[in-house]
Amino acid sequence: MTSKTELESVVIRLAGDSGDGMQLMGSQFVATTAKLGNDFATFPDYPAEIRAPVGTTFGVSAYQVNLGSVSITTAGDEPQVLVAFNPAALKVNLAGVAKGATILLNSDAFSSRNLTKAGYTEDPRTSGELKGYNVVEAEIGRLTLEAVKDLGLSKSDAGRCKNLWALGLLLWMFDRDTTMVADWVSKKFAKKEVIRDANLAALRAGHIYGEASEISAYVTPITVKAATFPPGEYRSIMGAEALALGLAAAAEKADRKMMFCGYPITPASALLHRLSQLGELGVGTFQAEDEIAAVCSAIGAAFGGAIGVTASSGPGIALKAEAIGLAVNTELPLIIVNAQRGGPSTGLPTKTEQSDLYQAVYGRNGDTPIPVVATRSPGDCFYVAIEAVRIALRHMTPVIILTDGYLQNAAEPWEIPDVDAIEPIASNPAPARDESVERQQQAFTRNPDTGGRPWIAPGTLDLMHRIGGIEKDIVTGHISYDGDNHSAMSDLRANKVKSVANFIPLQEMELGEKTGRLLVIGWGSTYGPLYQAVKAVRETNKDVSYAHLTYIQPFPKNLGDIINGFEQVMVPEMNMGQLNTLLKDRFSIDPISVTQVTGQPFRISNLKKKITAALKDMQQGEAA
Amino acid sequence: MTAPLTHKDFTTSQEVRWCPGCGDYAILRAVTKTLAEIGATRENTAFVSGIGCSSRFPYYVESFGFHTIHGRAPAVATGLKLTNPELDVWVVTGDGDGLSIGGNHLLHALRRNVDLNILLFNNEIYGLTKGQYSPTSRVGTRSPSSPGGSTDTPLIPGQFAIGAGSKFYARAIDTDKVGLGEVLTASHAHKGASMIEIYQNCIVYNDNVFGGFTDKENVKNSQLKLVNGEPMIYGADQDKGLAFDIKTMALKVVDPAKHADEILVHDETNKVIAQLLLGMPRPEFPVALGVIFRQESDSFDKSYYKNHVSGMKRTGSIKDVLRKTTTWKVD
Repeated sequence: MTSKTELESVVIRLAGDSGDGMQLMGSQFVATTAKLGNDFATFPDYPAEIRAPVGTTFGVSAYQVNLGSVSITTAGDEPQVLVAFNPAALKVNLAGVAKGATILLNSDAFSSRNLTKAGYTEDPRTSGELKGYNVVEAEIGRLTLEAVKDLGLSKSDAGRCKNLWALGLLLWMFDRDTTMVADWVSKKFAKKEVIRDANLAALRAGHIYGEASEISAYVTPITVKAATFPPGEYRSIMGAEALALGLAAAAEKADRKMMFCGYPITPASALLHRLSQLGELGVGTFQAEDEIAAVCSAIGAAFGGAIGVTASSGPGIALKAEAIGLAVNTELPLIIVNAQRGGPSTGLPTKTEQSDLYQAVYGRNGDTPIPVVATRSPGDCFYVAIEAVRIALRHMTPVIILTDGYLQNAAEPWEIPDVDAIEPIASNPAPARDESVERQQQAFTRNPDTGGRPWIAPGTLDLMHRIGGIEKDIVTGHISYDGDNHSAMSDLRANKVKSVANFIPLQEMELGEKTGRLLVIGWGSTYGPLYQAVKAVRETNKDVSYAHLTYIQPFPKNLGDIINGFEQVMVPEMNMGQLNTLLKDRFSIDPISVTQVTGQPFRISNLKKKITAALKDMQQGEAA
Repeated sequence: MTAPLTHKDFTTSQEVRWCPGCGDYAILRAVTKTLAEIGATRENTAFVSGIGCSSRFPYYVESFGFHTIHGRAPAVATGLKLTNPELDVWVVTGDGDGLSIGGNHLLHALRRNVDLNILLFNNEIYGLTKGQYSPTSRVGTRSPSSPGGSTDTPLIPGQFAIGAGSKFYARAIDTDKVGLGEVLTASHAHKGASMIEIYQNCIVYNDNVFGGFTDKENVKNSQLKLVNGEPMIYGADQDKGLAFDIKTMALKVVDPAKHADEILVHDETNKVIAQLLLGMPRPEFPVALGVIFRQESDSFDKSYYKNHVSGMKRTGSIKDVLRKTTTWKVD
């Protein structure tokens, strides 16, 4: 029997052509991982091209997963296992791989033609470039064809099974059987028997290859024990899925219909796809003709008494800006989701960034404040969606949810929430008719605590009224061009957003005390690496604390007090320093801005260095 | 039972702010009168508009109203209608709002066949922004932005609409109470997107641009009032008729006395003839008025609810949906 190596956690990266099925291979590996009780985090990293020319470096698609018996919050810094389906995949990914890592190569693909396409002048397998790595080669292409040869498939169909062959081998490498994947294949291809059988044959062959071939002389199967989770019922969840489910849960908690209006854009489309499957929860989806129509039809739905939702990424949000202002001026609830990606303009559509924070907070004509919230992990998207709807309905305002490409596609194990424990969501229901005032005025008689006006949908008897983008009289709700009135209405809109702070939770610390030397403040999807980095530094130095923001506009009421309790603040973010600017402006501080705009998530090791260096500087400054 | 509503019940307290003599007054009066006549209720009626003179309309109708942003009324109205399919939703737009900045939304509202009554006030000019030429202005229109006369070819709204897939298209003149009332009623009765082009006189920036067919002396010889199933005959002495010239594949004006068997009979469902009627050049041909094209089919909103898994009702619970995947328990 083969010996096994037990690890606490391991990072695996699968890389190949965008047509090689890396995302599928990765997600199926993760499904087995989840079932076995490992904690995990994933990072699908794919190119903007659907099918770039085969074998080129710009067509490389990758899927990274970090699994462990310990708590996992990031997809990991450096892969310890790399599966490369061709020379280009090796070329693109080798630099990030840990020294001594196991690299499984599909040797069939290392032809001189493919080597040239990938930009190699020499075969890396013999050039010495791979010295120090545990390189394992397998003829994945040929062995797959061999495994399915009796099924009468065309060569191209047969070749498409090679990701399942490789998945079989990967499962063997991690001491897992093929049952779950086989079940999935059987269901997925139930109606295409030959394809089903071929994929099953390839999967089995890959697994058996691990046991039977000489590969076991070079590779020791790795076992990762189940992680310790708090008791509960769990499932795997992706960010886009959690957001969709959270929105639908909010509709149920508010007892309203939900109408999602979107236009296809990467990486926000996943939300439209997910919500389209939730019709039974009273959710409607509408694919509009453009981004502007998407937000406008969502506003129309909101006018009609449904929870209107639209989603996009930066370029699409820019197009929606005027209409978002209309929702502010008409005091209608609206949810706007921004799945951020690299900018400016088309930028990096499939790469992650946090650079639309200014756009969310400031990006409209006029003094047009709206609440902004951000999601930190795939599962967190569920709760943030509910919170956004709660704010929108309570204050009758649009709310922006900032998420990003990484979170939308990343998966993690997630404790299924107790839906009964979630507070019902109160809206501003239509009042009874008060004959002492005009109907128009009744529609604009606001709750003094929240600034929310009654939400009176067409169809409501005897409460007809008109809304619009022109400034309204603060009392009567009729059109008004009066200067003092505009000033009062501007205050009203500003105060409404400020009043949100009276209802949201106070800022909590993720790590460390509420006072101390260095406070790291993060927001959005950097939560995973920031948490791990601060935690690691704190093992030797307790001078650093960590807070992570969900509420960005307005900030929690106690954030200023927390900031004032520290000598220095550090703000790491995947942009050129946008939260940093907001904090400077709001609290008159001068934080250390740590920025990264490489399209890749932060690495824990880099953040650790930055934090350690800052603490050292502070000590030296003191000594001097 | 309460007394039937009159046009006054559909009038708001707001002072109307169109220029004295503006064609919009006549249209407002015709619309409120029609609403009363067809038995509309104020609470189940909504007017949605964009930006421009015409788009002030919702403020003056006692119903639900939404004065949105430039060009976007069809999109807002689509969201509203999808959410509340029982509502009577009217869209008020103009040649600049609906055919220039909002052309895309109008195209798609028509293509999808959303059950909206769309009123296009065509005055061939931008009024609210002080008189620039619009996408329907005739070549040579002198305006602040085209002092030497405009050079772009004007759009024919009806040909655009039917090209986009509109199933209902009618035309009327602002001051023609009877004609306008008839098409408003027909538009309301039609299920699906119904568009009415209303020739509306802008007294300040484009006065009497339609005089060639609206001035009293021109009415009979230049207006063809279409009635389904009736021959296309017009003229002070009923001495002109439309026939189809098979050689040129075009319409021609003939004398009905001499060519009685050639005179076209109006068939509202004939899309090809509708396109020809809409494109008739002036002054050689009359202006076609009334319901020009009408075809019955399911509206978008109706099909949407039919196709939706639960007809937009909540039949499931989030608790169950959260578990529609592989789950595992940790003790």
